[in-house]
Amino acid sequence: MSEVIRVKQLTKDFGDFRAVNDLSFTVGQGQVYGFLGQNGAGKSTTIRMLLTLIEPTAGEIEIFGMNLRKHRREILRQTGAIIEKPDLYKYLTAKENLRIFSRLSGAKVTEQQIMDQLALVGLAGRSDSKVKTYSQGMKQRLGLAAALIHNPGLIILDEPTNGLDPQGIADMRNLILHLSHDLGKTLLVSSHLLSEMEMIADHMIIIHKGRKVVEGIVDELLNPEKSMVELVTADLPGTLNLLQQTTWAAMLKEPVNGTLRLEMNKAAIPEFNRDLVEQGIAVQSLRPMNTLEDYFLSLTKA
Amino acid sequence: MFIDLLKIELFKIFKRPRTFIAFGAIAVIILLVQFALKVNGKDFVQFYTDSQADTFDIPYEKILNGYFVCVAVLHMILIHVPLLVALIAGDMISGEAGLGTLRLIAGKPVTRTQLILAKFSASTVYVILLLVWMAVFALLGSMLIFGTEDLVVFRETDMHIMKSGDVLWRFFAAFVFAALALTTIAAMALMFSVFSENSLGPIVATVCVVIVFTIVQQLRVPVFEETVNPWSFTTHMLGWKGFFYVDKNAEGATIAGSVENPGSLVRSGLILTGYIVLFLLISIRGFNKKDILS
Amino acid sequence: MKKMRVLFLLLFLAAPALYAQEVRTLLQQVKAKYDKVNDYTATGKMKTNVIFIKAPVATVKVYYKRPDKLKIKNESGVSFIPKGSANVNMNNVLGLSDYEAVDGGTEKIAGINCRVVKIFPLSDDESITRSTLYIDETKLLVMKSVISTKENGTYELLMSYKQYAEWGLPDKVELTFNTRDYKLPKGVTIDYDNGSGKDKPEDAKNKKGKVEIAYSSYIINKGVPDSVFN
Repeated sequence: MSEVIRVKQLTKDFGDFRAVNDLSFTVGQGQVYGFLGQNGAGKSTTIRMLLTLIEPTAGEIEIFGMNLRKHRREILRQTGAIIEKPDLYKYLTAKENLRIFSRLSGAKVTEQQIMDQLALVGLAGRSDSKVKTYSQGMKQRLGLAAALIHNPGLIILDEPTNGLDPQGIADMRNLILHLSHDLGKTLLVSSHLLSEMEMIADHMIIIHKGRKVVEGIVDELLNPEKSMVELVTADLPGTLNLLQQTTWAAMLKEPVNGTLRLEMNKAAIPEFNRDLVEQGIAVQSLRPMNTLEDYFLSLTKA
Repeated sequence: MFIDLLKIELFKIFKRPRTFIAFGAIAVIILLVQFALKVNGKDFVQFYTDSQADTFDIPYEKILNGYFVCVAVLHMILIHVPLLVALIAGDMISGEAGLGTLRLIAGKPVTRTQLILAKFSASTVYVILLLVWMAVFALLGSMLIFGTEDLVVFRETDMHIMKSGDVLWRFFAAFVFAALALTTIAAMALMFSVFSENSLGPIVATVCVVIVFTIVQQLRVPVFEETVNPWSFTTHMLGWKGFFYVDKNAEGATIAGSVENPGSLVRSGLILTGYIVLFLLISIRGFNKKDILS
Repeated sequence: MKKMRVLFLLLFLAAPALYAQEVRTLLQQVKAKYDKVNDYTATGKMKTNVIFIKAPVATVKVYYKRPDKLKIKNESGVSFIPKGSANVNMNNVLGLSDYEAVDGGTEKIAGINCRVVKIFPLSDDESITRSTLYIDETKLLVMKSVISTKENGTYELLMSYKQYAEWGLPDKVELTFNTRDYKLPKGVTIDYDNGSGKDKPEDAKNKKGKVEIAYSSYIINKGVPDSVFN
């Protein structure tokens, strides 16, 4: 599978504040790539860097195999995006907005294509209404239509379900899946809701305080056979030392907030518990984290 | 692509109600001035000629003609038009930032330099249309209401009379120069707009700068006359009036088609152009360096 | 010897009266010449040379009707006509009924030897307080006049004659008059500073203004309606 996005050691500083820290990830052709993180984790900053709205402090971005800085125009011509809430020109109609954004994207779009796009997002009946008369959900859908009007290969959606009612969220989800499964588009979708990602993304990255925490295939990350186990002991360094000399060492993950983490089959947990006791480790707590949600929450609480 | 961008910017400008407020305001002000001069025009002319009423027969009715009224209107309103220009140009970037559309257009396959130039060009077109509108109301309207005659222009220490056949080209040149002057304001407002996230700041900043420099200019104290005023854009923005200052020959008779000290007009034009280029360069550099966080 | 002394004294005392009589006669002769013109309509070019007025050369029409009606009109444009321009009409002086005339000797004007006649109106009703005429005695033409008025100061007229000399009508008139300072309050006009103000004299007070009318044609005694003088 070819790579559509390759981000290497991306860093962005705003003065003394490091918003994105040494972030690397890749998005493959046709993937729905979930970009997960708490509010303020650095998702929007990263997305803005992908769209050249923000200049990175360090690192490299390649999209469609081209350097973003050198081939900005070619890349953006094939990219559509909604960034945060889809603010459009309120004093213009839906049709006028789409006409403007298609021209800005360098595409020659017919009136029929504009109407088709509006029909795709369920706004054909309100094509001549001014955007200021639209509900939040309608604006969101129009924003998506504006992102898609020039038929881009890569679609970047930043929190696309924000402010939507349950029906709107479901519609957006179905649209994303349609774009991916039926039209073969590559999507990078950011959200702070893991549940959303679980339903639409096939690959996923979780970032926290600008850093990558975990990246992988969603099914594997959410594998019911496997579980992240959180271990709290009286002597963390001693425990870590002991474990590193055992077969459990391969399952060790980065410690988080004074707790050890190991990824293992759920069936192995009793045996692990027994091993700890036999080695005289004073276990204060041993807790399997059932879903990625737990894992995500434990990170974000930290 | 640039033409497409310009069309888009013009489309956006002329789809906003506030654009037409400026056109409406200009029409109303001009009509009010014309009405006032139609009713009390003689008093207005007397104000300028009072000191000479004992020495000369003053042809009040002839002086109060369409050309004279147009100059009076321009004198009264051109000093306020920068506000109307700032309303549009000061909103060009910051307005989009406030609206949330800046991140959408800046993420499109157009360079930021192109965007700035398109927005500047659209502001210039707006300025030109504003002046054409002004010309229609102030010049054609006054010509229809007051008729045409020789033009008398009163300056602080002298008065200039131009034959009616030697006037229209002066208005054309004055409007072109006014366009250059107002484009300077547009470029400045656009520059402020680049560095702001809301519309009000650049508009207020532009108007404040114009007011401050106008006051400094009007103070006429040597410390400013010799240092600031020769380079202040507000000094040179009045250049449109220079086309109504006519030159005279050795016998004291005016020379048709002449302008008093045309070199100063060229200098003013070049200084204003210099300001436009400077403001644009700062805007382009600032916008290209700007992290769009809105 | 005593007789001679008395005769000399008589002659000395009677001389001014004789001269006055002479200049009165001269004035009457000149008036008689000017009186041949009942009215005229003249066309000419007017140049204005006033320090604070920049005006183009204007085509003017001058209307005259005896005894004292005179109007200069710029019918195709705007001109600032000096109020004393009515004095272009010599009848203002020559038509005086009650005056004292004094011979002021001779003086050359434009190369012509002229008799200088000083005229003092005796009536308080006249707008002229005094006048000096420089008369070409051979052609009976007023070549120059200096007229002091009660309200509008002093006017100096210099005339040259060519084809209308027989009617006493000049081909060219130069009217010099006193002007008042022209200065508007600061900030009223908000002028563009084109650098020209720096060359101007600081004080334009009490400067002389000059208007020159070069006549191209006269229509004499063909009637002029009174309405043009309103």
